[in-house]
Amino acid sequence: MNALIFNAPVLLIAIPLLGAFAVPLIGRISVPLRRIFTGLIALLTTACAGLVAAHVFTSAAPITYVLGGMATLPLGMHFPIRIILEVDGMSAFMVILTALVLITAIFYSFPYWRRRSGGNMYEALFLLLGAGIFGMELTGDLFNFFVFLEITSIAACGLIGFRAWQGKSQEAAFKTMTLYTVSGLFVLLAIGLLYGEYDGLNIAYLAAHIGGSMVDKIALGLLLTALAMKAGAVPMHMWAPDAYGEAPAPIAAVLVANSQASLYGLFRVLFTLYGLTISVTALGWILITLALLTIFVGVTMALIQSDIKRLIAYGAVSQIGYMLLGVGVGLATSAGHQPFGLVAMQGGIFHMINDAACVGLLFLSAGAVIRAAGTRNLNRMGGLGHDLPWTAVFFMIGSFALAGIPPFNGFASKLMIYESTFRYSPILAVIAILGSILLLAVFVKVFQSAFLGPRLGAPAARPSGWMFAAMGTLAVVVIAFGLFPGFFVHTIVTPAAKALWMGRDAYIGAVMGG
Amino acid sequence: MNAINTGFGIWSPVVWTLLFLGVLGIGFWIWGAGRKDYKKNSDQTKPFLAGNEEPDPARLHVSGDHLYWGMTAGLRAYYDRIREWHTGVLSDYFAWFIGVLAVVFIVIGLLR
Repeated sequence: MNALIFNAPVLLIAIPLLGAFAVPLIGRISVPLRRIFTGLIALLTTACAGLVAAHVFTSAAPITYVLGGMATLPLGMHFPIRIILEVDGMSAFMVILTALVLITAIFYSFPYWRRRSGGNMYEALFLLLGAGIFGMELTGDLFNFFVFLEITSIAACGLIGFRAWQGKSQEAAFKTMTLYTVSGLFVLLAIGLLYGEYDGLNIAYLAAHIGGSMVDKIALGLLLTALAMKAGAVPMHMWAPDAYGEAPAPIAAVLVANSQASLYGLFRVLFTLYGLTISVTALGWILITLALLTIFVGVTMALIQSDIKRLIAYGAVSQIGYMLLGVGVGLATSAGHQPFGLVAMQGGIFHMINDAACVGLLFLSAGAVIRAAGTRNLNRMGGLGHDLPWTAVFFMIGSFALAGIPPFNGFASKLMIYESTFRYSPILAVIAILGSILLLAVFVKVFQSAFLGPRLGAPAARPSGWMFAAMGTLAVVVIAFGLFPGFFVHTIVTPAAKALWMGRDAYIGAVMGG
Repeated sequence: MNAINTGFGIWSPVVWTLLFLGVLGIGFWIWGAGRKDYKKNSDQTKPFLAGNEEPDPARLHVSGDHLYWGMTAGLRAYYDRIREWHTGVLSDYFAWFIGVLAVVFIVIGLLR
């Protein structure tokens, strides 16, 4: 058992990665066997995620895993040369978030994709995407971060354009791939600049030596912009509605976790890699500005959409703004360590998992709605609540949670963001609350259009068992996180927030010693 | 264990839920105190439409685009501009990306 716990970080990447390559082979033998295999891989990965998280949250310091050796610093050397995974509270938090989305999305996918061809590649790319996201969250090495970023880009774009018979899917995949590639190149250029200056790629090593030179600033600018774009921050968000809108419904849910992995990368760069070497107040205000734009433009664009998935996609974009706002205020106040800064960080980070659960639930519900209605156009839907009462309930739970209605989870995290950002600057809280009100209006529109009113056609097909179970699981998570926020904030959110806000020295020390 | 500190105060969803259920209970009690002598499944329980022929229910459904038209019409200047920016053209996506990169470079370059 100890060996399993010790090796859990690398297994969390290796199991879905090897599973991805095995799936097409098993699929040639038997399709049901392939599904069982993929389900087992997903369950094993989730178990590893649980082990990693439990280990980290009960440890006083970040845990490290050295590939090909035991010591982070080989004997007699002053810099790490091996590939190192480093897991602190923030990484562990992200691992839980990703595992939750992956396990529900894959089980939803089985009946959802049953009648389509290409299941081998679908499940292989799905597992590859999961491995890439976990890799981004666990690695302690900047170059490996880039490699995993590219793995997620390739797998995500393959899945966005998976409906090869639809021109729009191909267009969305092409646009996303092009933007992902350019942002990936910017990340690589930034890593090259840092490597040229410090002769190292390990994040802890670089953090210990980074000094704030002009080269460091150029690298920071490249990393910040590229990762904010991949997270979907306005005005670099335009790929997101295309991608989320055209991807199969369960993939859209996983793309949310993928965007949040980029957001994690951004936070890791700002707090751990650079720390206080460059004015955190100015950097915090860059995040806050992006946040306000993201909230307002995201929600107002959602209001005028008539395609249900593009509407949810714009809603998801607006929620990235809340995370940026909370963490931006936390960054801006990190030098003075004002208490409300930590609450803002907690709110922003708590909103990440809340958003993943409720946007995931909305995308999965939208998948069931589109299947039943045979269209994505809200103007051609109506009365689906007669035939899909439980889907209507799940959609309502997701909508209320995302709009920040008590007692659902979105309210708890948004309340922390509103009240802490109000302490920093009241106008921030005003814009954030306005965004939530508009988002509620957006989902009232969807609910009225899709579920209420008379039946418009023949009775609609109900979602099958696994689809129902996946939506039900996310709905339970949304309610549980909403009813018991204190438990989750105390157990997983606060260690994550503290790991970023005040854990830089511990992160460096875990690799460099001292 | 279920409450959180928001910086200004405490948020306890269990207390809120209990209060909400209490208010809901009072609402049902008031509703239950209403008249029960109406005839179920008769015209007494249908919407009253004076004289006109009842239209097809499907035509009565208010669909997505009809909601908030007043709001979007009032914000036409904003929506015209914001729709213009969302061209769907890949080169425009890059223009925004490079524009933000330029602004970030300027801001970070000015920092000490």
